[in-house]
Amino acid sequence: MSGVADEATAGKVHRIEVGARVGREDAAGRRLCRRLRDDLGLRVDEIRLVDVYTIAADLRPGTLDAFAAGALADPVLQEFAREQRLPGAFDWAAEVNLRPGVTDNVGRTAAEALALQLGRPLRDGERVSYARQYRFAHGPARPEDRRRLVEGLLCNVLIEAYRLWEGGEGWFAPHVPRVLLDRKPQVRTWRLDLPDDELLQTSRDNVWALSLAELRAIQAYFERPATRAVRAGDRLPPEPTDVEMECLAQTWSEHCKHKIFSARVRYRGPDGAEREVDSLFRTYVRGTTETVRTAKGPDDPCISVFDDNAGVVRFLPEHHLVFKVETHNSPSALDPYGGALTGIVGVNRDPFGTGMGARLFCNTDVFCFAPPDTAGELPPRLLHPRRVMEGVREGVEHGGNKSGIPTVNGSVVFHPRYLGKPLVYCGTGGILPAEVGGRPAHLKYHAAGDAIVMVGGRIGKDGIHGATFSSEELHEGSPATAVQIGDPITQKRMTDFLLVARDRGLYSALTDDGAGGLSSSIGEMARTTNGADVDLTHAPLKYAGLDPWEIFLSEAQERMTVAVPPARLDAFLELAARMGVLATTVGRFTDDGLLRVRHDGRVVAALHMDFLHEGLPRMDLRAAWAAPAPFPVRPAPPADLGATLEQLLRRWNVCSKHYFVRQYDHEVQGGSVVKPLCGVRATGPSDAAVVRPVLDSPRAVAVAHGIAPKFADLDARSMAASAIDEAIRNAVSVGADPATLVGLDNFCWPDPIPSPRNADGEHKLAQLVRACETLHELCVAHGVPLISGKDSMKNDYHHGETRISIPPTLLFTALGQLPDAARAVTMDLKRPGESVYVVGRTLEELGGSEYFGLLGEAGGVPPDVRPEEQARLYRKLHAAILEGLVSSCHDCSDGGLGVALAEAAFAGDMGLEVDLRPLAADGVERDDLLLFSESNGRFVVSVRLGSEARFETRLAGLPCRLVGRTRPDGRLRVIGLEGAVVLDQDVRDLETAWRTPLDLNGEEVEVRDACR
Amino acid sequence: MPAGSAPVRVFVLAGNGTNCEAETAHAWKLAGADVADIVPIWEWAAGRASLDGYEVLVLPGGFMDGDDLGSARACAHRMRCTRPRPGGPTMLEEIVAFVRRGGLVLGICNGFQLLVKVGLLPGGADDPRPVTTLGPNVRGRFEDRWVRLLPDAASPCVFTKGLSEFELPVRHGEGRLLFVDDAVRQATVERHLVPLRYSLSGLPTDRYPFNPNGSEDNAAALCDATGRIFGLMPHPEAFVTRTQHPRWTREPRDLLPEEGAGLRLFRNAVEALRGA
Repeated sequence: MSGVADEATAGKVHRIEVGARVGREDAAGRRLCRRLRDDLGLRVDEIRLVDVYTIAADLRPGTLDAFAAGALADPVLQEFAREQRLPGAFDWAAEVNLRPGVTDNVGRTAAEALALQLGRPLRDGERVSYARQYRFAHGPARPEDRRRLVEGLLCNVLIEAYRLWEGGEGWFAPHVPRVLLDRKPQVRTWRLDLPDDELLQTSRDNVWALSLAELRAIQAYFERPATRAVRAGDRLPPEPTDVEMECLAQTWSEHCKHKIFSARVRYRGPDGAEREVDSLFRTYVRGTTETVRTAKGPDDPCISVFDDNAGVVRFLPEHHLVFKVETHNSPSALDPYGGALTGIVGVNRDPFGTGMGARLFCNTDVFCFAPPDTAGELPPRLLHPRRVMEGVREGVEHGGNKSGIPTVNGSVVFHPRYLGKPLVYCGTGGILPAEVGGRPAHLKYHAAGDAIVMVGGRIGKDGIHGATFSSEELHEGSPATAVQIGDPITQKRMTDFLLVARDRGLYSALTDDGAGGLSSSIGEMARTTNGADVDLTHAPLKYAGLDPWEIFLSEAQERMTVAVPPARLDAFLELAARMGVLATTVGRFTDDGLLRVRHDGRVVAALHMDFLHEGLPRMDLRAAWAAPAPFPVRPAPPADLGATLEQLLRRWNVCSKHYFVRQYDHEVQGGSVVKPLCGVRATGPSDAAVVRPVLDSPRAVAVAHGIAPKFADLDARSMAASAIDEAIRNAVSVGADPATLVGLDNFCWPDPIPSPRNADGEHKLAQLVRACETLHELCVAHGVPLISGKDSMKNDYHHGETRISIPPTLLFTALGQLPDAARAVTMDLKRPGESVYVVGRTLEELGGSEYFGLLGEAGGVPPDVRPEEQARLYRKLHAAILEGLVSSCHDCSDGGLGVALAEAAFAGDMGLEVDLRPLAADGVERDDLLLFSESNGRFVVSVRLGSEARFETRLAGLPCRLVGRTRPDGRLRVIGLEGAVVLDQDVRDLETAWRTPLDLNGEEVEVRDACR
Repeated sequence: MPAGSAPVRVFVLAGNGTNCEAETAHAWKLAGADVADIVPIWEWAAGRASLDGYEVLVLPGGFMDGDDLGSARACAHRMRCTRPRPGGPTMLEEIVAFVRRGGLVLGICNGFQLLVKVGLLPGGADDPRPVTTLGPNVRGRFEDRWVRLLPDAASPCVFTKGLSEFELPVRHGEGRLLFVDDAVRQATVERHLVPLRYSLSGLPTDRYPFNPNGSEDNAAALCDATGRIFGLMPHPEAFVTRTQHPRWTREPRDLLPEEGAGLRLFRNAVEALRGA
């Protein structure tokens, strides 16, 4: 962090160490020892954790001891030491503290506790900061190994600093990380009348991520007479100020303006024909929704789509459903914990900032990592996938659990190329009252004259350039300031306050301060009134010395921008003060067509609203398909299908994710109906979540998703179609009415713009066009309107000659509704003697499958879809579910029919005999191919005793075949095409194979032993 | 007032990081409480709300103050330091007075941690000293899972009267009950102040994950000697209807009725107060 000093404060500094009493074990320390061994291969006999509080305040010893005993140390488990080392035997120690300016949640809570005890607010310069101390018994002796240990697991040097104590006299001195910006805030101006290369270099140096055409458009704007006249009146120089350049750069960033999705694309597809696509977004996303809404007529569920921070659909007469899914990939690559934590609390603010504000009722998370067993030297700046995985997992745990929002649905997907950038998709659902104060709550009502109020946390350098940075590939010099640490408790207080203010009618509009900070939230809201006059002079700062552009652009977390009518302003600010929430007036909305920003008595920016939002030149791009057409391949069949099935169950993309599920609260708020794990021992992977967001209504939401990057290299169509069909199947499986489905599309792509470093950019863009065409085709066929979406287009890593581009990835989220939650169905087989059907058609579609992955076969034909037949099939299957004929229903996806049968069987602790001969299979003539093809559109369904005839009638004329029966013997038995038993396994063994690979909490062994 | 018609008015504390107030208030209403008010902590702290006019105080689950200084520690400190009225009693002293005049106190999860850390459990209003704690789970992780709970029929606890073994979800990272020494443990056990224990096959268990946190004496809950202060790590408000149970799609209604087992705890409290 340039310009940031790190110095001890003048005056009194005290230090309190808190640790476990002798004889009390340290669970966190033990867990760390295990991770050091597993992740870094380093042996340490014992680690003990000590919490260190550094208190910069002139306080008496008695006061400090009372503070430590009362607020910091547990009297049963812990002891503390003041101004000295807490006793203990150890060989060396490391102390890790946050770098100056990085959000210190523990320090902030401790400071509040101290103020409570003192009975007064802390004074200027008084503060409490937190550090973690690790004490090691034995472990590596060489300094470089110690540094590797600390930097490899305990300290992310991007946001944290550490000190080592290696024995002898002396001990850590008190240390207060403090930002000292010994400078006066400045406004500088930029000349744009430069040669092309110099201009581009200026853009790169400032992380503007603007293209030459964009820079020249800005230059032309500042040369217009109308612009000059405004500037003269405001006493601004003719050249743009840094506030203006930064504001334009972020507003025009790929992240905010989706330039690639808006571009004119000249596309040559696999058939060689060329045509133009005038905006992928308008043609295939908005276009899809418009077509579907028209077709649905009076049954159109959409209330507000693509207009606000999240999509809004009908749910109950008094309540709408709101949903949004976002990604937070680049920050998670740099700091997995902070990036993911900010990702989840950040997407929370999208539904929260929709219309007049929604109450949040569920989160979803889908993570894409490189496999945990990735070996070999990592390219510079990349963290090992295990560390990324654990950091991301923990960030979402803290963000979701502490916010009291259940994480109900998710996936963890592995592919080697996610080493370049992990993907962290976070989604949030909310419930919006249909009306607030007698008017529709999905709209905003602000007008010129309303005050602009910033609510929530303070502003620092954190997160500056997040929007423009995420519009770049990751490189060695990626800015550390782009990383933030979320603070769930500050956000919780803020949302508690805003919901009260909403119901009292104290504001007219609100929106999230996310990417681009105030510049983005105010810039967006000002479109409605056609102007805003902002004064940053009194914006609350974390520390002095920020330049106005930094205040305007900061992405410091936990903030919302709220429009408050003048008559309600006093009441709004008073309620905020009562609830302990920071709220500051930073301007007012106007209608003069200008976004004007002031600081310290002078105008520092004046931009025309129409130029800010409409002045961006459109891109013209070329897309050219350059992949060979897939063709079938047939590796030799395996000798033992049972052993093959066990190996498939162990694969990273198939195996149980209970380690993640268990650490996320998926039940808070009381609406849980279908949980992520189901069955006799809660070991079965549910296809989707079912949640009742309104406790006194039986109406439920099914939350499902699909993702299939493994097919992307063979054909982007298969990747997209499989994701969409899987999401729809999953929702139908748990009982959602397909007629109620709505979708969200989240594209994460490698950079599709060609350059010398990105030679196949045109093919990547062609993959995007093809995926978008598929999205349109399927959503129209299934009648699924898209209500919201997002794209992240620069998911690459580049260093020297190394380039790692992620596989093109579409996450499709499907939301369905169940009028009565008690009609929901789970995937576990229920009782012996029931008939089992396979619904859907099996084709020889093994390209990209887990089976071919196991065999190391890179070729083959990936799965396609037959949307017309499948849509009909899903409607009929739903009718059967609604009639109560179905006792279990499970989608077939990764690992095909074989894995689906195994999962349904062990989840129900039930035997199952299946005959492959009756399967609706078009020309597939081998048992292994039938069992492990990953054709879309298929389910394993068990039917209640006595309901078989009605079930078969319901699905008459569709590919639906009786294949077997459940049995009490606990074995999965498969009869092959030759009529012989080709697979015969104990379902408990299959369960163990499935649960073991990612059983990082050691649950499987214990449950298995106890239940035998 | 005749027996059976005494009012049951419930004060559900909320704000500053609580998460479960809505479903907890909902459970009290299902159990027949006359009133279940969700009261923001800042209103109480500023003297604009009080425990007067309520028969039950509920401290619901969540992460008060983010649990940043250890579970419920910062909030316990807040209750000891904050005087809602200048010169008046602290929030903690107001709770003690509330219990002395016959009020019931229920702490769930984070609320249980709070009751333990201010010392109201197991000592009660007469001896509020922290002699137990709820430390980090023995596996060092937050976990959400369903557990079996075995009630102690001899416990004075008002909430668990007449219950047999039942299931509830736990959702915590710091639920391991630890006593300051053996004497306190013995006294607590002998006085039957552990109303619920984690169980497997009808017997208390120390096996993970059935005992999810490694609690001493397999304790999932504590009460005071009057039985009117009760805290538990599992979430009874998360099992008030059949469809909240993880196996509802496979269990028949005679084993798993429409009403969830968690609601019995609230009903017991309502009945005890009605009869008062």
